[in-house]
Amino acid sequence: MKKTPLYDSHLKYHAKMVSFHDYTMPLQYDTIINEHLCVRRNAGLFDISHMGRFEIKGNKALPFVQNIITNDASKLDDGQVQYTPICNDQGGILDDILIYKRNKDHFLLVGNCANQEKDFSWFQKQAVTYQGLEIRDVTDRVSLIALQGPLSSRMLENTFNRSFDFLNRFYFTDFAWNGARIIISRTGYTGEDGFEIFVDVQHLIKLWNLLLDKNNQDGLRPAGLGARDTLRLEAGLLLYGNDMDETITPLETTIDWTVKFDKDTFLGKASLLQQKEKGIIRKLTGFEMIDRGIPRSGCPVVKGSEVIGRVTSGSFSPSTQKNIGFCLITAASARVGEELHIQIRNTHYLARVVKIPFYKSKH
Amino acid sequence: MSNILNELLYTKTHEWARKIDKKVVAMGITAHAQEQLRDIVFVELPALGKELKAGAACAVVESVKAAYDIFAPVSGRVVKVNQKIQEKPQLVNEDPYGEGWFLHIEITNPNEFGALLSPAQYQAISEPAP
Repeated sequence: MKKTPLYDSHLKYHAKMVSFHDYTMPLQYDTIINEHLCVRRNAGLFDISHMGRFEIKGNKALPFVQNIITNDASKLDDGQVQYTPICNDQGGILDDILIYKRNKDHFLLVGNCANQEKDFSWFQKQAVTYQGLEIRDVTDRVSLIALQGPLSSRMLENTFNRSFDFLNRFYFTDFAWNGARIIISRTGYTGEDGFEIFVDVQHLIKLWNLLLDKNNQDGLRPAGLGARDTLRLEAGLLLYGNDMDETITPLETTIDWTVKFDKDTFLGKASLLQQKEKGIIRKLTGFEMIDRGIPRSGCPVVKGSEVIGRVTSGSFSPSTQKNIGFCLITAASARVGEELHIQIRNTHYLARVVKIPFYKSKH
Repeated sequence: MSNILNELLYTKTHEWARKIDKKVVAMGITAHAQEQLRDIVFVELPALGKELKAGAACAVVESVKAAYDIFAPVSGRVVKVNQKIQEKPQLVNEDPYGEGWFLHIEITNPNEFGALLSPAQYQAISEPAP
């Protein structure tokens, strides 16, 4: 099991640790509901150093990136961030990532923990035809934490004595702090305002402690993977391995908007175009329970007497107090208002298809 | 430190049982169990009249993260269920031995009651010495 550099800090805060792919990570420090609501009301601090981080450099960096992603990075400003899937030739999702454009010759890519090695070998394989391209896995050198919540901008200012409020959503900036190189990015996975902060690994613990100390009075608390999952689900954000994988294409999910067919060429384009023309037969959709019962990943979705799909993510939602989830079902039934049954422990419970996000920040 | 009541008997799977009269046993989950589960957000209870077997799953509790089976401490028939914990599952966290009770079971085999763990035996398994 790998540990992030914050392992001892998590234990100090009495974290309940769990295995998450190759890593031992904090599931929760307090209760998941308290941490969740703390992020919605104040802010929470997450260790997300388990995520894969890669640097792409060279004068072919932009065309390389354009080829591996379905979204269009050519329109990005320097200092801008974009969310995109990367697909195989069949259009199946290999990973969903954020790409950070420093300039057209230099990108930073952040992917899922579970896909770190797969992503790296995929990038290397695809890089063969791009001369002079440098691809580095910087996961162990640059750590990553997330400060998320309505007070996060104020908390950054408390911590660094300068404001980062000039950053628009999906933009980042470099910052030198006591000899450490820091990247501050206005991005996140919670549906709240927030920042993701990259820092040289040797300065991570100092920064983590400083953020918590300076902002304790404003209600900042560490938050674990449990709250991260309920927050992202309420915000209608997908989780790789649950809501998407290599057998699912972006067009079958809620991130169909990330496929830019007007781009010249990219991996998976032909298959995705064919799927678009034929029409999709199943679709990922949000639902909420009408009957009492908590849907979980894998539960069958039933319409009449027919199984029409399965739940991919499901949970109690602390902000709405409802039980919610995503399911991958026959496209014909994926219409808002449609009533379905979720099979939980051999009993059918009534649910209805709803619009996502399930929760919108009031801030 | 979990709290273990002296007047109750326990199971290895962290349920408690209290004899109400000659025939009927009340049951629920222990303080230790609810602490491990943390936020309890859902409880599923069996139907009235259902026949339970000692050691077999008889109810389900769910935390935010996952579902867990709860096991019958004794065999018998369900004669009462606590509707209140279905409406307010957090009662199980707040008062596991009181308002957070699960079921009343009319016992079929009084000998099973004697086979349950004493408070001292339960303490030994739920709070291993450091």
